[in-house]
Amino acid sequence: MGILEVKNVGKRFGGLQALSDVNLSVAENTVHAIIGPNGAGKSTLLNCLVGKLIPDTGSVMFDGQSVLGRSPHEINQMGISRVFQTPEIFADLSVMENMMIPCFAKRDGSFEMNGFGAVRHQLDVIEKAKTMLEDMNLYEKRDMHAAAMSRGDKRRLEIAMCLAQEPRLLLLDEPTAGMARADTNNTIDLLKEIKEKRDITIAIIEHDMHVVFSLAERITVLAQGTPLVEDSPENIKGHPKVREAYLGESA
Amino acid sequence: MLGLEKKDTRLFLIVIGLTMLAPFLLNPFPEGSEMAQFNAGYPDLMQRFVIFGIFAIGFNILFGLTGYLSFGHAAFLGVGSYAAMWMFKLFGMNVVPALLLSVVLSGLFAVLIGYISLRRSGIYFSILTLAFAMMSYALAYSVLATDMDGPDKQGLMQKGLTGGETGLQLSVQDPRILGAKAGADGNTPVPNFFGIEMRSATEMNVGDWVFTFSAGYYFSAFVMLIAFYISIRIFRSPFGMMLRAIKSNQQRLNYTGLNPKPYMLAAFVVSGMYAGLAGGLMVAMDPLAGPERMFWTASGEVVLMTILGGVGTLIGPVLGAGLIKYMENILSKINSEILHQWFAWMPDGLEDLVVTLIYPFIGKGWHLTLGLMFMAVVIFLPGGLVEGGQRIMAALRGRKAKDKKSDADADVKPAE
Ligand SMILES: Nc1ncnc2c1ncn2[C@@H]1O[C@H](COP(=O)(O)OP(=O)(O)O)[C@@H](O)[C@H]1O
Ligand SMILES: [Mg+2]
Repeated sequence: MGILEVKNVGKRFGGLQALSDVNLSVAENTVHAIIGPNGAGKSTLLNCLVGKLIPDTGSVMFDGQSVLGRSPHEINQMGISRVFQTPEIFADLSVMENMMIPCFAKRDGSFEMNGFGAVRHQLDVIEKAKTMLEDMNLYEKRDMHAAAMSRGDKRRLEIAMCLAQEPRLLLLDEPTAGMARADTNNTIDLLKEIKEKRDITIAIIEHDMHVVFSLAERITVLAQGTPLVEDSPENIKGHPKVREAYLGESA
Repeated sequence: MLGLEKKDTRLFLIVIGLTMLAPFLLNPFPEGSEMAQFNAGYPDLMQRFVIFGIFAIGFNILFGLTGYLSFGHAAFLGVGSYAAMWMFKLFGMNVVPALLLSVVLSGLFAVLIGYISLRRSGIYFSILTLAFAMMSYALAYSVLATDMDGPDKQGLMQKGLTGGETGLQLSVQDPRILGAKAGADGNTPVPNFFGIEMRSATEMNVGDWVFTFSAGYYFSAFVMLIAFYISIRIFRSPFGMMLRAIKSNQQRLNYTGLNPKPYMLAAFVVSGMYAGLAGGLMVAMDPLAGPERMFWTASGEVVLMTILGGVGTLIGPVLGAGLIKYMENILSKINSEILHQWFAWMPDGLEDLVVTLIYPFIGKGWHLTLGLMFMAVVIFLPGGLVEGGQRIMAALRGRKAKDKKSDADADVKPAE
């Protein structure tokens, strides 16, 4: 059984059946890509996994526990971290502060009232944040306003923030959308490196086939809200249905 | 010092210095001189500076850190005032228990209002807080002001819990079980701090100058310093950082495993307790509490103070509170006669013209000046007075650096 088990999930928006009968199993410690044309329901599926949306039917189990009905911060504390399509960081805070917040969340849980102790005395959190920033080559930028960073650096920071929580499952929604080629390649390398260094499962939604075939060990093709096929990258490349539904138009 | 980093210690020491020396600093003009009307160093006004300073410091913990704009903070000011009054009426005139009850009761009230209002954010949150404050005002003005003793009795609750329009007042008939019912002169007793009467003051004459040191002011100033110190600690704490994170990106916070709700509620309650403390202090200085203290204009005033001084800065709200209270009390006293005196040196026609032009902005028109200032700050100095100060400092420093550089150039040239 996979670390993430999605069974018969359906989601309707008004008259639009955005997801129907989605079954998906993500095996532990693999990189699983979900591809599909625009509007296929990829983001909707992801939102159902992290508590942003509640599916109308079906079940979502993470590590044997249902995530349905839990709020996003609870699901996150279970071990699922999410990277957004456009980087979501604390733009008004410094890079170092951005990095410290997930470290606090990991150490103290979803709420901890410490209104009198100084941040600068939280040495364990500072040390961890510093190490993460060094790992990601962001340490020189620690005092920078996060808003002032380049798009690529924001993406790096967001991924670093997710990793600081030591998640078991990392979800990425088109992490390279709108990136220049060089930034895209950097992101691919970064994700490969992360995968090598840690025990982590990655589920990635991606439009860019270059990214998908560089990273994925398993691919699910979604079309019109339903999984079309699920297979290894080699087989997906040659699959006639997939070429027709998806690759034909963009590859 | 006191667990503060260097920069904050320096700021705190400056604020301590300024508040302790305020009776001198705010009275720069000799008594009897034409400028004496600009002196602000009299106890009543100085007390207002620090009390509204506390109000604004607390408001800034909510608005400055989380970005949630409460438009009903005056409700807590009122609750604090009524709580302290009842403490005076029932138990005794010591201000310490009175202030404690102010803080506790306004905190509890803030839990209730915050819990409901924080279900929404943005403008809806503001409207909800405003609605609660106006409901509190209505309660204080009439509902809770009905005779609760019965028609033939003239007891404690004759005018209800709040005293309605005339407000809650002390009376020599109050039970005051732990203190005297009346003062030594037979009138209602005076609030005190373990025997030191809040209205007692000593005057000091230096040449033409008169400086007044009031017990009430120094007590309020000490309370404000404690409140200011706690606010610095909150700003620099992990809690403060979470609040800034809420302001910056609540979505990210959610997906980082943090629950914004208890953080917001805690910020709201702390901020409400500051307001309650300020309300209690007002009553400790002048034992009378009326419903107008909860009116929406009072809620709006603290928003102005905070924005004028500098939202999210440590010292800004105190400066904003000082500026507005100064204008309210000093600018509003200038009348056309005084203006004519000032411009008497001008030719008659011109003098009249100048006076006519300035007149709308002084006296009762001080609100107009405040409005213009507020607009100017919001448009040109979004960081408020603090940003203004920083810009001036930067400009001065820049000029100094330039001077040094041209000096250096001058040094080099002769050597060529
Ligand atoms: N919150 C929503 N309300 C209504 N319709 C939505 C909502 N979110 C997505 N949709 C619709 O559901 C379909 C799937 O969208 P999405 O999951 O974003 O696709 P993808 O990420 O694969 O491009 C689209 O037709 C989109 O318009
Ligand atoms: Mg999408």
